[in-house]
Amino acid sequence: MKFQKRTIGLIIYFILLLLPIYWMLNMSLRTNADILSVFSFYPQDPTLDNYIKIFTDESWYSGYLNSFYYVSMNVVISLLTALPAAYAFSRYKFLGDKHLFFWLLTNRMAPPAVFLLPFFQLYSTFNLIDTHFAVALSHCLFNVPLAVWVLEGFMSGIPREIDEMAYIDGYSFPRFFLTIFTPLIRTGIGVTAFFCFMFSWVELLLARTLTTTEAKPIAAIMTRTVSASGLDWGLLAAAGILTIVPGALVIWFVRNHLAKGFALGRV
Amino acid sequence: MNKWEDNKAWFMVIPVFLVVAVSAILPLMTVVNYSLQDIFGPDQRVFVGLEWYKDALTDSRLHDALKRQLMFSSLVLLIEIPLGILIALMMPKKGWGASLSLVLVALPLLIPWNVIGTIWIIFMRPDIGLLGAAVNGLGIPFDHTASPFAAWVTVMLMEVWHWTPLVVLLAYAGLQAIPEAYFQAARIDGASAWSTFRYIQLPKMRGVLTIAVLLRFMDSFLIYAEPFVLTGGGPGNSTTFLSIYLVKLAVGQFDLGPAAAFSIIYFLIVLLFCWLFYQVLLKVGTGDKP
Repeated sequence: MKFQKRTIGLIIYFILLLLPIYWMLNMSLRTNADILSVFSFYPQDPTLDNYIKIFTDESWYSGYLNSFYYVSMNVVISLLTALPAAYAFSRYKFLGDKHLFFWLLTNRMAPPAVFLLPFFQLYSTFNLIDTHFAVALSHCLFNVPLAVWVLEGFMSGIPREIDEMAYIDGYSFPRFFLTIFTPLIRTGIGVTAFFCFMFSWVELLLARTLTTTEAKPIAAIMTRTVSASGLDWGLLAAAGILTIVPGALVIWFVRNHLAKGFALGRV
Repeated sequence: MNKWEDNKAWFMVIPVFLVVAVSAILPLMTVVNYSLQDIFGPDQRVFVGLEWYKDALTDSRLHDALKRQLMFSSLVLLIEIPLGILIALMMPKKGWGASLSLVLVALPLLIPWNVIGTIWIIFMRPDIGLLGAAVNGLGIPFDHTASPFAAWVTVMLMEVWHWTPLVVLLAYAGLQAIPEAYFQAARIDGASAWSTFRYIQLPKMRGVLTIAVLLRFMDSFLIYAEPFVLTGGGPGNSTTFLSIYLVKLAVGQFDLGPAAAFSIIYFLIVLLFCWLFYQVLLKVGTGDKP
């Protein structure tokens, strides 16, 4: 009986959760004229025109490619820098370790609006404006601290005896780290990659400020089109639906490990 | 776990420190620099000391925006944290149901923030949106572009829809980590569902809930893209939160100095609250170490 009440509650929540997304899907399959003239719960005359336009018009699909490039770069940079740091946090006590964790977190607390200008100046100085690398690097600001934190949780779950045994057997640190330790925490690496992917994919302000044409993310292309063409709702909805797809795919791969990352963490 | 004591561990932290520091400290210093000057152009600046800080602290529109922001963030925490825990408790613990629930819950988190605003514009339109049409169909006039109350309800709905999943994921992770033996012991003692929750599950979730409260507080306090796309801060100024006001100041009037001073104050407010939350949440229930 109790089981059923839970399930019903959960189903109601999921229906509410999916309704806005369903409504966008519904609109993405209709023409703009149809959307504005008829109120309908499902597309009566479904058309793929909106999707075809996005996949054939370079100014649209290049946005997805740009987002994809810088998000991948960001995931790689975040993981490479965070792995050794997380190992240090999980295995060693060192000067200022607790303060460093809170400081890392404070980097999420700066109001973005005004910090955008210094960011722009900083990256112009290094001639990085409008490159994928600039966006990837700027997103490290909020992704690296998160990556350190999640990875540290996974690493603390591995007993320290494993490290000691390896050193006794004559492993050097890099060899131990790459051949023994990294395979042991591969779930953690997957989950971390997911969170970095997610926060980098949805971020707009930094990505928009640091790019002009060559590296413009899809979310920024959407805002530009909104103001220019007098709101083509169907096209906008189709573009929105396509922004959900990559994330949904990634989450499918880490679904079984998603919850573990946080449970083990410090704090 | 007892750890090795070794300050050489700093060498492993250096890459992270450099990557973050370059992106964090240099812009912060630049903003502090701006906040002390009156800027007319690239080469024309006058040092004005703490003038802009005084202005910001006496700006009544800023006070209104701050009150709105505090109200908003309190509501966010009061609604999302309990709701997130409740949903995490309802989710199946294993099997295909658990996988499916996790994938569904995480969906809103994967949508770019301005797209979230766009979805909700469409969803709330009285003529072509499902919810907008449904509410108006019930005979309740509801238009988030005209009534401040409707705008608030809409922004809150969007916020709860968008971010409760993060609380759910965190709380669910905390619940998954509780060993089954605890629940067996509770069953043997004949504990009610409530006391199982109060004395086993809630204390064990302390760590993840700390992070949930901190993340939700700072992100909701800095919220910009979603309400800006949805309401543009209106009607009137009713949904002009701090960062929307800040952008109006910085971009609209191009008053870089005051905007920078305002940013620093803003940053300090977030920092202060987060530090307080962090201290309080670290102390609550430390008797039962997780």
